[in-house]
Amino acid sequence: MMRQIAVALFAGAVFGAGLAVSGMADPQRVRGFLDLFGDWDPTLAFVMAGAILPMAIAWRIQSRMAAPVVSPRFALPTRRDLDARLVVGSALFGIGWGIAGLCPGPAIANLAIAPAPAALFVAAMLGGMILHRLLPAAPPAQTVSEARRA
Amino acid sequence: MQAMFANAMPAEGMIGGLMIGLSAGVMLLGLGRIAGVSGLAARAAGISGDGAPRSQAIAFILGLPLGAALVAWLSGPVVARFDQGVTALIIGGLVVGFGTRLGSGCTSGHGVCGLSRLSARSLVATAVFMVAGFATVAAMNAFGLGQ
Repeated sequence: MMRQIAVALFAGAVFGAGLAVSGMADPQRVRGFLDLFGDWDPTLAFVMAGAILPMAIAWRIQSRMAAPVVSPRFALPTRRDLDARLVVGSALFGIGWGIAGLCPGPAIANLAIAPAPAALFVAAMLGGMILHRLLPAAPPAQTVSEARRA
Repeated sequence: MQAMFANAMPAEGMIGGLMIGLSAGVMLLGLGRIAGVSGLAARAAGISGDGAPRSQAIAFILGLPLGAALVAWLSGPVVARFDQGVTALIIGGLVVGFGTRLGSGCTSGHGVCGLSRLSARSLVATAVFMVAGFATVAAMNAFGLGQ
């Protein structure tokens, strides 16, 4: 229990540090990436490439593991269907991302860098999440079950 | 002559990106979970009932500002230009919160964890939110709402 919390805290801290190092804590830099037809700033593409590289290796290691190191079992998304919720939700997310230059990770990390505006965005974001929860007949957002050994 | 992409930070972006990927790898191989910030934030706030144990979600979410503060402490102020104004922060936040729950993820869960797994759902989600982001900024610029 304590070990799992410590691992999660460590992972969160490395993630937050990575956001700060990469310039992704800066909403204007993120909007610079999204400004494809203007003064385009490709930095975010390097961040994505840098992040996907170790994760691609991690997935290969994962496929050979029976269980994670400090947890009894893998609990990973298993859904494969493409539905309207995925597309509409992602489109809405992209619109909000473009409006504010913030996605959830940098917004929360910014609570330590620019507390007041970050707190406003995060509060609104949690409000949006609560609104979604109030949607009638919403199926679970993510189907999670024991991952099959590949 | 001005260099192309004069403002880009490819080295810092790559290093920070590797740290993010490493963090996601620790979540996957250590705890058996996806490092998806929107899902973990909803779980930590008590908005979502499923997903990671709440204590782990809270710890990960607390770690985000902690790590950013550590970088600021070690290497000086972290640039974060919030020029978008209060209205954009509120509307953007609402739409990001609603959209990430409806679409089951954001840049971290779909973009980093899903793409590296070659998940079809995450590929579609990432393509859609990227295009929507490009279109939104282009439209805002066209209507004189650029920041």
